[in-house]
Amino acid sequence: MKTKNNPLYYILFIAIFAILLPAGYMSGLISVNTISVWGRYFCFAIAALGIDLIWGYTGILSMCQAFFFCLGSYGIAMHLLLKKTMATGAVLPDFMAWNKIETLPLFWQPFQSFGWTLLLCLLVPALIAFAAGFVLFRSRIKGVYMAIITQALTLAMWLLFLRNETNLGGTNGLTDFKTLLGYDLSSSSVKLGLYMISFTMLCAAYFGCYRITHSKFGKVLQAIRDSESRISYAAYKVVDYKLAIFVVAALLAAVGGMLYLPQTGIITPGRMDVKASVEMVMWVALGGRGNLKGAVIGALLVNFLYSVCTSLFPDSWLFILGFLFVITVLYFDKGFMGLANSIKQRFSTGSFKTSQTPL
Amino acid sequence: MLLNVNNLSVSFGGVHALNLDHFSLRDKELRVIIGPNGAGKSTFLDIICGKTKADKGEILFNGKAVTGKTEVAIAEMGIGRKFQKPSVFPGLTVHDNLLLAAKMKKDIFSSLFFKPTAALADRIHAVATKLSLTTVMYKMAGDLSHGQKQWLEIAIVVLQDPTLMLIDEPAAGMSDEETEKTGALLLELSKAHSIIVIEHDMKFVEQIARELVTVLVRGKRLMEGTFAEVKNDQRVIDCYLGRTNAQLETL
Repeated sequence: MKTKNNPLYYILFIAIFAILLPAGYMSGLISVNTISVWGRYFCFAIAALGIDLIWGYTGILSMCQAFFFCLGSYGIAMHLLLKKTMATGAVLPDFMAWNKIETLPLFWQPFQSFGWTLLLCLLVPALIAFAAGFVLFRSRIKGVYMAIITQALTLAMWLLFLRNETNLGGTNGLTDFKTLLGYDLSSSSVKLGLYMISFTMLCAAYFGCYRITHSKFGKVLQAIRDSESRISYAAYKVVDYKLAIFVVAALLAAVGGMLYLPQTGIITPGRMDVKASVEMVMWVALGGRGNLKGAVIGALLVNFLYSVCTSLFPDSWLFILGFLFVITVLYFDKGFMGLANSIKQRFSTGSFKTSQTPL
Repeated sequence: MLLNVNNLSVSFGGVHALNLDHFSLRDKELRVIIGPNGAGKSTFLDIICGKTKADKGEILFNGKAVTGKTEVAIAEMGIGRKFQKPSVFPGLTVHDNLLLAAKMKKDIFSSLFFKPTAALADRIHAVATKLSLTTVMYKMAGDLSHGQKQWLEIAIVVLQDPTLMLIDEPAAGMSDEETEKTGALLLELSKAHSIIVIEHDMKFVEQIARELVTVLVRGKRLMEGTFAEVKNDQRVIDCYLGRTNAQLETL
């Protein structure tokens, strides 16, 4: 895992996404939709960084990152919807009026202010992660049980969000937003702005995760993955570490969700169904677990493939994804990054050495 | 007495794994525990370090009760454990394995803002030198040989600087030369630490048992004495040989 840090990768990455793509748009070669689509991928990549921290580095397979992602999205969506409703002079969002609700539910009230919205979008996922993590990690739930319980939590929340009584739009979700802080969301320059903000946040998140994984804290996380009992006999409080990184991962997912919403214009519970939460883990698995670059590249590449494949062969996307996943598990368990590294090694030394790391 | 154990018992599914009436250890003493398979040796160490909960009985370490405490609390009291199966962090380098073990503040914020110091580097280097790990400092721990993993785990325990070290079969899977070196190292460590060693290899026991040897059989303390006494005790011979005979009879 101790690869030499070649600045070339970073320069290339920034050159393509911060200069080339916007320049392509300015010169009219790339449509604003393409820009917006990549902006959304960056949001997924931010969430993928969180998954890599909790799963790739700490070895805890959390299936509820999609839920935290949605919490971020729903928060911003509620704010945008209230602003739009106010602009049209109505008292309540349309879907509430259809459900014969007369007053704005109490939990919607704080979302009228943008400041409160930002705060709650981060605070709510963090608190839920803290509470769920506290219970799970204290009871020493590990491995596949952890995955099952977090998936069940996501499923329960999905069912809750589907209900009209939850007052979050039910199956239809929340949509039809107009402005964010007064900026028109349908204008091209706002879309480009959101793209740049997402890209900047992705870089910041990457840098933050890089600092975490290269600190002694990050080494403790890897030690927990390798041998949880050994690290607790070395007097590290494993529960504290797991809880901290679970909250960080939830926050990253929420930030991804918050930036995703204004660029896509709709959020439905479908974003956190079982398929969506499995897919998020698969980005990291395909990109390369325990490798931050792998998480980012995995999220970008899989989503790019998704948009290409769904337009070329609309029905076979899941087969392609499944096939990729099977190949990854069978032949290159370190994902794209592991494959790239072993090819590089093969060219530089002439010998093919498969990396052996424990699951 | 550093460690006092009274009427300690634990059973797994009705089987008495351990039923120890009394056990005590002096400060800076190196004690060897021997006994046939299933005698409860590892279980005894598991209970001291908090891995297994005792059904009843008391363990006093420096006059403070150990039973009922968490692994972390016990480690903080100054008890370090080396397991039978080498348990290191295979995905980290040898250096990082040692760094994590070293005695320091271990809460999340201290770890997040940790800055390496020269004193710490010297200490890690000194321990690594003692255990012949300097040449593999930046190798992944998972790529080490079995013997090196054993030493790495001992180094991890040493760096924790515990008052009491619980060492479970340190010489298992080692060559004669490595075994001898491990023995010399344990003797040297016993000048500064109290140590309990579990071992099967009688040659190794002879090398390190300068004081008392405790013999456990079927969870009970059979006898305690010097190596010579233990070696010539008829009951000890019987329980080692008797087992073999019993196994032969069933064949």
